[in-house]
Amino acid sequence: MGIGDYYPILIQILLAASIALVILGVSVFFGQKGTKGAIRDSAYECGMIAEGSGHARFAVKFYVTAMLFILFDIEVVFLLPWVMVFREFLAASLPILLPVLFFLGVLVIGLLYELKKGAIEWEA
Amino acid sequence: MDWFTAYMLPVIYAVTMIVVVMSIAGYSVLAERKVSGWIQHRTGPNRTALPIIGAIPVLGPFLTRLGLFQPLADGLKFLFKEDITPGHVRRGYFIAAPIIAIVPALTTMVVLPFGQYTDAEGVVHPLVLANIDIGILFILAVSSLGVYGIVLAGWSANSKYPFLGGIRSSAQMVSYELAMGLSILPVFMWAAVPEPGNLNGLSLFGVVQVQQGFWLAMWQPVSALIFLVAVFAETNRLPFDMAESETDLVGGFHTEYGSFKFGLFFVAEYAHIVIGSAVFVVLFLGGWNFLPFIPAPWPDGMVGAVMSVLWFLLKIFFFIFFFIWVRWTLPRFRYDQVMTLGWKVLLPLAVANLIFNTLLIALRDTL
Repeated sequence: MGIGDYYPILIQILLAASIALVILGVSVFFGQKGTKGAIRDSAYECGMIAEGSGHARFAVKFYVTAMLFILFDIEVVFLLPWVMVFREFLAASLPILLPVLFFLGVLVIGLLYELKKGAIEWEA
Repeated sequence: MDWFTAYMLPVIYAVTMIVVVMSIAGYSVLAERKVSGWIQHRTGPNRTALPIIGAIPVLGPFLTRLGLFQPLADGLKFLFKEDITPGHVRRGYFIAAPIIAIVPALTTMVVLPFGQYTDAEGVVHPLVLANIDIGILFILAVSSLGVYGIVLAGWSANSKYPFLGGIRSSAQMVSYELAMGLSILPVFMWAAVPEPGNLNGLSLFGVVQVQQGFWLAMWQPVSALIFLVAVFAETNRLPFDMAESETDLVGGFHTEYGSFKFGLFFVAEYAHIVIGSAVFVVLFLGGWNFLPFIPAPWPDGMVGAVMSVLWFLLKIFFFIFFFIWVRWTLPRFRYDQVMTLGWKVLLPLAVANLIFNTLLIALRDTL
């Protein structure tokens, strides 16, 4: 396993980006030219004349969801390397289980707290 | 020559892979329309014909009735449509969004093993472009980048429906990503058998090798179920079609898009479906292994390699059919139901499943 194994990934990313760019370019080249006009340049609102800002205010719930996601996702990231070595460590000694159970316990308590607090009640 | 195999061959492989996956994506659009037609007692697309192939006596009309030329016509139509960039959008981001959406969709396939080759000495090699040992981590990381394209599309369109669609679908995607990440941990715990020389780690090839007897869907049904639901949510498929939900948000985040800028979102969505199916097959349905407990009836060597790839593709096609089938079986959820399912059902279930398997493995390995 060396850095050379990642060479195909680099190629794939470059290829994907260039395919996207080429397709967009070709469609600009071959496609009918876009025309301008007061109606065409206004936001689509089912035929009504657009009113107010395009960015309406939105529920604070979305921010809460994003923050909770970051918290829990970091815990998942911590768990990933543990998954790889867990059984190897188990073969050495059983008490290695205790710190992991403590970590998972903290995760569960956090989840319960968040559920009790109603952080993700979307009905209201 | 050495220089060629080291640097040019990967490029040719990558181009082939992208072409194959993009044609599978294109034809799953056709499959979607055709299967939808059959489920609703319609015929689906059956008119588009090519001049020369369509004129072959029996075969031509048959292929035309199957609609096999439809994806070509769809592609050309995208290409020749009026290329509008409305005046009220933030231009740079508006054009960047479809590119950002499609690059991750076309990148994840690079670590996906799609078959195996057993050489004369009996050593099994994976057929994969980049055989890295953190395959699943790469797929999780890169496929979740796709959400940036959607958020950026919704925000840069400067219009109400795309904005709501983008913000809804990003919240949905991050929510289901948690359950998805947690649900696959037990799978890799079981795959990491503590034997000398086992370097499976998070490699996708290792997971398939483990499934020569039991398939992991039979062994880890809870993980498989959570992952299945999460794949539907991550690909924005019905019943989790919050990003578009055309009945309340017109077209969702791509309302203001047209021509191939919209086409790129469309291709990206179907590429995600193809890759999502493939990852599910690799993790839970035994990859290219023939059937549970039944070894492959074909010989090793080149024949075996080709057959393993075909068998793997067959499973993917079944899974794509399953995606379409579910679409016409379940109605769309309401948004609060989506979030409740993700946070109050799937996430606790995934955590419980992880703890249960941790204890189970501890018991099994020490007793």
